[in-house]
Amino acid sequence: MSKPKFKNPVVKWIDYRLPIFTFMDHELNHYPTPKNLNYFWNFGSLAGIALVTMIITGIVLSMNYTPHVDYAFDSVERIMRDVNHGWLIRYIHMNGASFFFIVVFIHIFRGLYYGSYKAPRELLWILGVLILLLMMATAFMGYVLPWGQMSFWGATVITNLFSAIPVVGESIVTWLWGGFSVDNSTLNRFFSLHFVLPFVIVGVVILHLVALHRFGSNNPIGIDVKGTQDTLPFHPYYTIKDLFGLGIFLTLFAAAVFFFPNFMGHPDNYIEANPMVTPAHIVPEWYFLPFYAILRAIPDKLGGVLFMFGSIAVLFILPWLDRSPVRSSQFRPIFKIFFWVLVLDCFLLGYLGAMPAEGIYVILSRIATAYYFFHFLILFPLLPYIEKTKPLPISISQPVLSGSYTAAISAAREKK
Amino acid sequence: MSTKSNLKSEQDEDKRDFLIVSTYALAGIGAAAFVWPLIDQMNPAADTLALASTEIDLSSLEEGQAITVKWRGKPVFVRHRTADEIKQAQEVSLEGMRDPQTDSERVTKEKYIVLVGVCTHLGCVPLGQKSGDVKGQYGGWFCPCHGSHYDHSGRIRKGPAPTNLEVPSYKFLSDTVIKIG
Repeated sequence: MSKPKFKNPVVKWIDYRLPIFTFMDHELNHYPTPKNLNYFWNFGSLAGIALVTMIITGIVLSMNYTPHVDYAFDSVERIMRDVNHGWLIRYIHMNGASFFFIVVFIHIFRGLYYGSYKAPRELLWILGVLILLLMMATAFMGYVLPWGQMSFWGATVITNLFSAIPVVGESIVTWLWGGFSVDNSTLNRFFSLHFVLPFVIVGVVILHLVALHRFGSNNPIGIDVKGTQDTLPFHPYYTIKDLFGLGIFLTLFAAAVFFFPNFMGHPDNYIEANPMVTPAHIVPEWYFLPFYAILRAIPDKLGGVLFMFGSIAVLFILPWLDRSPVRSSQFRPIFKIFFWVLVLDCFLLGYLGAMPAEGIYVILSRIATAYYFFHFLILFPLLPYIEKTKPLPISISQPVLSGSYTAAISAAREKK
Repeated sequence: MSTKSNLKSEQDEDKRDFLIVSTYALAGIGAAAFVWPLIDQMNPAADTLALASTEIDLSSLEEGQAITVKWRGKPVFVRHRTADEIKQAQEVSLEGMRDPQTDSERVTKEKYIVLVGVCTHLGCVPLGQKSGDVKGQYGGWFCPCHGSHYDHSGRIRKGPAPTNLEVPSYKFLSDTVIKIG
């Protein structure tokens, strides 16, 4: 690839000594990207923008927040009522967390549908799951900071998960709390970690991008790029596509912030934390509900905790669970159906997580949990032995030019 | 001459290995010694540990009433049980209980049951202290979070909690005054 020619002498002078402009030109301008990406490929950049939004609003909020049990709740109320534009900044931060998760969940399901986790992108996927875990930890600790009833009791329930660990569980919980219950020490450390973890996420995101740019994006038909005829330069083709998607995303985001800012929250969190009274129904934030449903589906404390963490752990080993050499679901007729079953299953788990743990809800959440693990641990490894995949096209250009996927016969398959 | 110098260099290598291993070992110990204070600072501080006991006067607690007091940041339930409740708690068969304990193992004076009011499942405060509360199928306490039912002795009878409600260490200073912790 030819070296970019910069006209600006200052840029030239800097780039000679610190090739940052060459790097940016290479990774953001010329960066060859498969030409058949659909709008599901917008969600990576949207997640990045959501992360930056959260960091900027978060830093500003921290300038007005007091991490102390006696002042935390009031300081958040002060932000809402007295601080200039405080209501706006907090509502952006609060809803930003939800939108960040929406975007990331779609991003993950896109990866599942198009097999983006398969070789050689296993580490890219694993770094992504790591980002999800860090996001969950950060979001959980952030939710504690306003020190409302849901903050307090959510923190109590989640930290108590660790007491399920045999022998050392209780000591670990005391260590996490810095006392004998969720209290000021807990709030202080959660504030500190909530502040610093997003920057750890930024670090892992950079690794995620380095791994992405090693082989470039996967694409809807899941076959490798064969040459320049299959790609387009990132700029202007995908910058403009990402910006269009961003416009739609920001419209929806703004609608939530301005018209229903508390829709995804819980009214009990506007009651100050009271360690003596547990609210009638403790419900975590919506993005934790599927995991919460799995936790409650298992009638054993340690078992519930193990299955809940297991539901994320299976994602880490997914690249090795899926034995099929075909990436995209477009060529896997049976897998495609089960993919949508998994999507429905996750929605069902989310719904059940919000319902009280009794009667039919318990039975349904057990079935849904069983399906989740069946999907990952049995279906993924065994399906390739049963499923007859459709022929793959020869290249990305071919189906685009001929207008039909099936017209092209896979050279790769015939070789097998 | 050559064998002698080989021997010498072998000895040198042994010496070098020893130096490398001992350097790594010491550096490791040093790093661990530095990390420990950083980890241990998260454990309860001295002032938190100092708030570890509470005294309660039970003289105004009528039969059938209950009070909740704060101890170590957690609620402690004290209930003045009725004769009927005591009878039920004592006579029930321990068979099939998840955490079998007789009632007498769990009380000092059978009139008063003292419990840490924290569900042993995931730490919610069970209902059952107020007269209007849902008390669960066994008449004691009921945890609304994940549906654990406790009996008049605070024993787990149904639901996900693995153990009975904890009995804190306490003693009677007089007939009606107890000290918890």
